[in-house]
Amino acid sequence: MHSTDSPVDGSTIGQSASEAQGETKHPGLREFLFSMKRLLKNPLTIIGLVIILFFVFLAIFAPVLAPPPQPHDPYLMPHDGWKIQPSPPSAESPLGTLPSQYDILYGVIWGTRNAFRIGLFVVAANLAVGIILGSLAGYFGGIADEIIMRITDIFYAIPMLVMAMALVVAFGRGLQSIIIVLIILGWPTYTRVIRSEILIVRDMDYIHASRASGSSHLRILAKHILPNSIFSVIIVASMNLGTTVLTAAALSFLGLGADTGYADWGQMVSTCRNWIVGPADNRLAYWYVVFIPGFVIALFVLGWNLLGDAIRDVFDPKLRRR
Amino acid sequence: MSMLNYIIRRLLFMILVLVGVSLLVFSVMMMIPPGMRVAAYVTHEKVTSEDIESMIEVYGLRDPAPVQYFRWLKRIFTGDFGFSVTAEAPVLEGFKSYFPTTLELVLYATPLVILVGVWFGTKGAIHKDKPIDHGIRIFAIVGYSLPTFWLGLLLLMFFYGYLGIFPPGTLSNAGKDVIFSDAWHRITGLLTVDAILNWRWDIFWDALYHLILPTINLVLLSSALIMRLMRSSMLEALGQDYVRTALAKGADRRTVHLKHARRNGLLPVITISGIMFAGLMAGMVITETIFTRKGIGWWMARAALQLDVSAIMFNVLFLGTIFVGVNLIVDLIYAAIDPRIRLS
Repeated sequence: MHSTDSPVDGSTIGQSASEAQGETKHPGLREFLFSMKRLLKNPLTIIGLVIILFFVFLAIFAPVLAPPPQPHDPYLMPHDGWKIQPSPPSAESPLGTLPSQYDILYGVIWGTRNAFRIGLFVVAANLAVGIILGSLAGYFGGIADEIIMRITDIFYAIPMLVMAMALVVAFGRGLQSIIIVLIILGWPTYTRVIRSEILIVRDMDYIHASRASGSSHLRILAKHILPNSIFSVIIVASMNLGTTVLTAAALSFLGLGADTGYADWGQMVSTCRNWIVGPADNRLAYWYVVFIPGFVIALFVLGWNLLGDAIRDVFDPKLRRR
Repeated sequence: MSMLNYIIRRLLFMILVLVGVSLLVFSVMMMIPPGMRVAAYVTHEKVTSEDIESMIEVYGLRDPAPVQYFRWLKRIFTGDFGFSVTAEAPVLEGFKSYFPTTLELVLYATPLVILVGVWFGTKGAIHKDKPIDHGIRIFAIVGYSLPTFWLGLLLLMFFYGYLGIFPPGTLSNAGKDVIFSDAWHRITGLLTVDAILNWRWDIFWDALYHLILPTINLVLLSSALIMRLMRSSMLEALGQDYVRTALAKGADRRTVHLKHARRNGLLPVITISGIMFAGLMAGMVITETIFTRKGIGWWMARAALQLDVSAIMFNVLFLGTIFVGVNLIVDLIYAAIDPRIRLS
């Protein structure tokens, strides 16, 4: 490529910066350390981080923590008999069981894997689509911008949950449909964020300089524009990981997701709706059925929100050095 | 004059978006096989498979998509949205019977949500980094994270299950007897309003009593968003020079905070309040399902489970229109109070 020997090329800039690293720290590294220090000073961030790490741990070690009785389909919750009435926490099932004796602890652990599967997959797909379309719209502008942004307007005009319900019905009930639907509906946010970020840097001098020295559009996008714009979209992604799982859980709760017995948190909450009132002598007898699965969802979402919130405060230039 | 210009531009844009929304809804509908879509035309129970086949022919459900789209649009403009299996009535009639229940809850909840959010958000910003601010921030982020359905179930479990108060539903059995009797005149469909118009205060209190728990649920969750927004926009306003100037020349601190800063801090909240109203309406799918309130959310949830396509599509279209309409109104209000918007 001819641009490698051009004087204003990125590689020479990188070189001079790494030379400077000998005496003082690389500015990028310095900023990064500053950010980390700021992040870890906030107790809420630490809480968020601990929550997320806890769930990562559960997801990774699920086969050890709750060995599946049917290894070929670990997401099916084991159950001891078919007794409808939930059993309270005991030595056998430490968190109690759902109706039909599905073990809650098992569901919580494998449900974690399920939640990560949904969240990561959907957010990654949204990010990919959002970055491509947002770059097209923001960098090239013109007719591409017009078309892409009008489509996002239309998507924004329909309430997410309701549209998701309609789509899931069209695709046929099930977890897979929920994932596909959330991918279809989730990208506009990322597209908008990326586009507005690109609009800020697009007309800066260094972009023009790079263009004048013969860099291709793709190179400019990948090397100069996206690295500058990607942060805000990563923050959105980290917050959306929680809300994506929340929406998926809401759809499952409405009965549009996995079947009964599948280790899916939303589905677990939906099975407990008939058990909010206990027998006359102990009205709160089935508290564990209602409380635990929903609490796990809330904790998961809270973790991502705390983390996203903290990252935003630290990386937002307006709030950063205050 | 520029205001008129702005309104026209916004209206044209709204029409464009609505056409897009209708296309989107239509494409979703087209993914459903004709054999299921035909249910929108079935108005009686006994239908044979030959009937279905001939109905698919008659209504042209296998025609090319554009043809079907324009036929569908034409039907919509005549107010014919098909037959809803779950409502056991034409869609519009179902809507008329379900919608007031939803509207009533939204009308009670929205002002409360906004008031609570603005009040606490302002407090948090004024007392930044004090214990009360931390408390408000934690409340806001927790409220933002809680699943609606979970909090609703917990509230029901505690208040209804344990304490025996605030039951689900919209009325007690005695109240239902009254509103289904001949003495009751259904005027607006909003129970509390109709109760006053019928001069039945017992029904009024009864309906209000059933509104309390879902309203609490919505306020706890939805005010979190407004609180966060209000806090940050208020912080920004407090950092402005005019606030410093006002304080420096000795103006009363309370007046500066509440009159000068809050008025400016409220601007973004106006935007979000409109979305909040529309969002609450969409969120009714969950709230009404939990509290067994038979509104359009409850209807929609049942329709989704029973594959009642015409009801689902109508509700998506309806809520989309509400969203677009509310956004338009918000933009216009915004332009009216902030001249920078309409001039740019």
